Amino acid sequence: MNITVTLFGQILTFVVLVAFVWRVLWGPMTQMMEARRVRIADGLAAAERGKHDLELAERRAAERLREAKQDAADIVAVAGKRGNEIIEEAKEQAQIEGERQLAVAISEIEQESNRAREDLRRHFGNLVLATAEKILEREIDAPTHSEFINKMVKKL
Amino acid sequence: MAESTGDLGPVEYIQHHLTNLSVPPAVDGKVDFWTFHIDTFLFAAGLAVLVGWAAKKVGDHLDPDKPTGLQNFLEILLEFVEQQVKDAFVGYNPLIGPLAFTLFVWIFLMNAMDLVPVDLLPWLASFIGIHYLKVVPTANLDTPLALAGSVFALIIFYNIKVKSGLGFVKMFLFHPFAAGNIIAKILLIPVNIVMTIVEELAKPVSMGLRLFGNMFAGELIFILIALLPWWIQWLPGGAWAIFHVLIITLQAFIFMLLTIVYLSLAHQSMDEGH
Repeated sequence: MNITVTLFGQILTFVVLVAFVWRVLWGPMTQMMEARRVRIADGLAAAERGKHDLELAERRAAERLREAKQDAADIVAVAGKRGNEIIEEAKEQAQIEGERQLAVAISEIEQESNRAREDLRRHFGNLVLATAEKILEREIDAPTHSEFINKMVKKL
Repeated sequence: MAESTGDLGPVEYIQHHLTNLSVPPAVDGKVDFWTFHIDTFLFAAGLAVLVGWAAKKVGDHLDPDKPTGLQNFLEILLEFVEQQVKDAFVGYNPLIGPLAFTLFVWIFLMNAMDLVPVDLLPWLASFIGIHYLKVVPTANLDTPLALAGSVFALIIFYNIKVKSGLGFVKMFLFHPFAAGNIIAKILLIPVNIVMTIVEELAKPVSMGLRLFGNMFAGELIFILIALLPWWIQWLPGGAWAIFHVLIITLQAFIFMLLTIVYLSLAHQSMDEGH
């Protein structure tokens, strides 16, 4: 077994192979793996941050919810109060309106009854006059005695 | 397969299997320096192309979000190598990672050729008129020494680059034995030069020969097992193959790790390194 010129062939192959592997595989792959390491680290950090943010957001949401509940309770209370007020007002107005309508009705009734009395009075006067005419055909002179009769009618 | 030895005796069979397909062809298993081992080179180059193809295929379609199949596998491998570099390499040099990665993958694949049944590829090759074929590139001395020699060249290059030319010379003069006064220093210089040369040369030689020895021995044992009667071969063959999976991985790993460690040493200046 001797050393032969094959040795140099092998050295050449070796040099070419190292250069090729370096350029094509080792370089890109180490870079890619480093980039991936960074990305994974960033991702984990982001996840941690996200978790933290979520916690904060949850706390804020709970806070907002409590505030909203409080607001809602306040609004309901105010609305209830206002509702009661409106009912009271309505009641008052209704009473006033009722009283007013009652008064109107009463006055109308009064007017009607006055008119009816007036009519009645007039009819009665005429009736009395007609009756008296029939009874005293000749003795009573309508113009002469109308003054007297009117007095009578007024007394009725 | 005992049958496949045909009319060859065991010695001829083994010698036949240990002969490369070469230009010019080997004479009685003997070659000189200007012989080119076509089989070693082509199998190594073929596996290099396989590695390159896989690298290109994965590298062109890197998907950071949904890595699949081969990309997953290469990512695991790359992270494993990167971890070794981080653990063993002091300082920073972008070359070390790809270098170690390529060494590991390529040596592993070349070693893995040992697991292909020892007679299969030579038998197939015999149909197209190729009479000698050694399929394991790392079981040929040239390949391990080519790799170790390349690493050695890098070691010297970075030694000079980091320590400067003067520092590199100083390393030979005042290392490993350091002394306090100037006379002792001068006296120690010859010893230091010899020791450092031995130390430095031992690195590529031990790396190369370790890999070569393991793979050559492994191949030889497969050849010996193939000489047994066919009905018993599965037992030692299976056992050795399973054990050999460990060896080929381990040898690839050791080669890679030693490369990282030696280059790390080359990157340290004298004061911090020793």
